[in-house]
Formats: sequence, structure tokens, C-alpha cells
Amino acid sequence: MSKLILKTEGDTHVVVTRRFAASPEAVYRAHTEPAIVQKWMTGPDGWSMPVCVNETRPGGKIRFEWSDGKGGGFYLTGEYIALEPHSRIVHVERMHLPDPTPDNHIETRFEKDGEGTLMTVRMTLPDAATRSAMLATGMEHGMEASYARMEEMLAA
Amino acid sequence: MQTLDAAFSALADPTRRAILARLTQGEATVLDLAKPFDMTQPAISRHLKVLETAGLITRRIEGTKRPCSLAPSAISEIDRWLDMLRQALERNYDRLDTVLAEMKENEEGTKT
Repeated sequence: MSKLILKTEGDTHVVVTRRFAASPEAVYRAHTEPAIVQKWMTGPDGWSMPVCVNETRPGGKIRFEWSDGKGGGFYLTGEYIALEPHSRIVHVERMHLPDPTPDNHIETRFEKDGEGTLMTVRMTLPDAATRSAMLATGMEHGMEASYARMEEMLAA
Repeated sequence: MQTLDAAFSALADPTRRAILARLTQGEATVLDLAKPFDMTQPAISRHLKVLETAGLITRRIEGTKRPCSLAPSAISEIDRWLDMLRQALERNYDRLDTVLAEMKENEEGTKT
């Protein structure tokens, strides 16, 4: 069952929605407490997040570093704008590949949905070209993961 | 099948993937592409040749220029990439499901 919906909206937005079988409070905590974030926001299979700085207050810094364990990696920095426990997070972020990508302004909402939570992540990019480039970059990492899997298959 | 293999190996190079990403924003000349990638025009031309042979880009003639754009098959490749991005996100959130279930268990464990 694919529960994730990813769609573009207008020229500059990307909207991701997903449901979780847990309370908004738990999902909010899983997005804000570094020890929990490091358990799941690890990206492609075999990758980890050795560094997770997450200062959850307006103006607080964000720095996530990912590693493939073989010397490869990339990082993300950002700042929090607003936090409303346990319903809303607003922040900006940019990837460093290693050159920084344009700022992505992100609003994340957690709403009670029956016994669970509906999460809506609304990204706003500076312009249409930046959005295409961001989607392409994400695709690039997806491609990396699939090539890594292909290599494993070929080596086996 | 030959075209598919050629497309796959053409996509295995990060510069060529970056060129395709740039072309999602519209047609470009060798000169347009050489600038952001900090590469010489002959080096870019070699990559374009590989992409063209693989059927991922098409080139038209405009005076002395040969602007390139994405071929329809590249567009379907890009749709596959979008699927992979979706899958990468979905893997993160599947792990989050597991973490949330553990959090719930721990909470219930401390209550009893």
C-alpha cells in the first residue's frame, strides 16, 4: 500500500501527504527530537545520519549530515521559523551538494485523523526552474540508490 | 532492448544526469551547458553525443548552433526518477512507522 502522495501545485510548490498510525504528538516528536530523527530520516538503503543538529525554536539551526559509510555524503542546513507543538512546523532548508541549493521554504502540518495523523508537507521554491532542479536532484539521489543496489546485484 | 541498455549506461554518469536535469528547464546549446558545469565545449559535446545515441535527447539545427532538448523517452525516464524519489521518501516514512510503533510500545510499557 503506497500511502505517500507527492504532487506539484502551481509553479513553485511541491506537496507531500502521508498518514501515520500514531498521534500528532508522537509524529511531531519524531520530527523534532534528534535521537528519533536519526532513526528514520536516513535516505537511501545503507545510508545513515551521523550528525543531527535540530534546535527546535524560532531562529534555531538545523544541520543534518548523511553518509553512505564509504566516505560519500551530503548535508542539509536550515533554520526554524515557527513551531507549534504538536501541529505545525515552519522552516527553511537547503541542500549542500556541496554548493548550496536555493532555499526551500517548508510548512509541515500534523492533523488528527481518526486514530492516526495526517501529515501535509508543503514546500515552496523560489521559482519554477528551481523546483524542477530540486525534483531532479532528488531523482539523482534516487538514481544513486538504485545504481548502488544494481552494483550489489551485479557483484553477487 | 539495445536502446534501453544505452539509456541506462548513459544515465550512469552524474554529469549526463545533470545535463538532463538542466534540459528539464528547456532547450539549451552546448555553450549554455558548458557554463554551469565548468567544462570545455568538446567535453560537453562528448556527453551530448552519448545522450543523443541513447535516444535521451534530440538536437535540431539552427544556423551554426545545434540546440538540444529532452527526447520523449527521456521524459518517461524522468517519470521513473520521480517514482524513485517517491520511493526514497516512502522508505523514510516506512521506517518512521516502525519508530512510531516502538514509541507507542515504550509508552504503554511505562504505564503498566
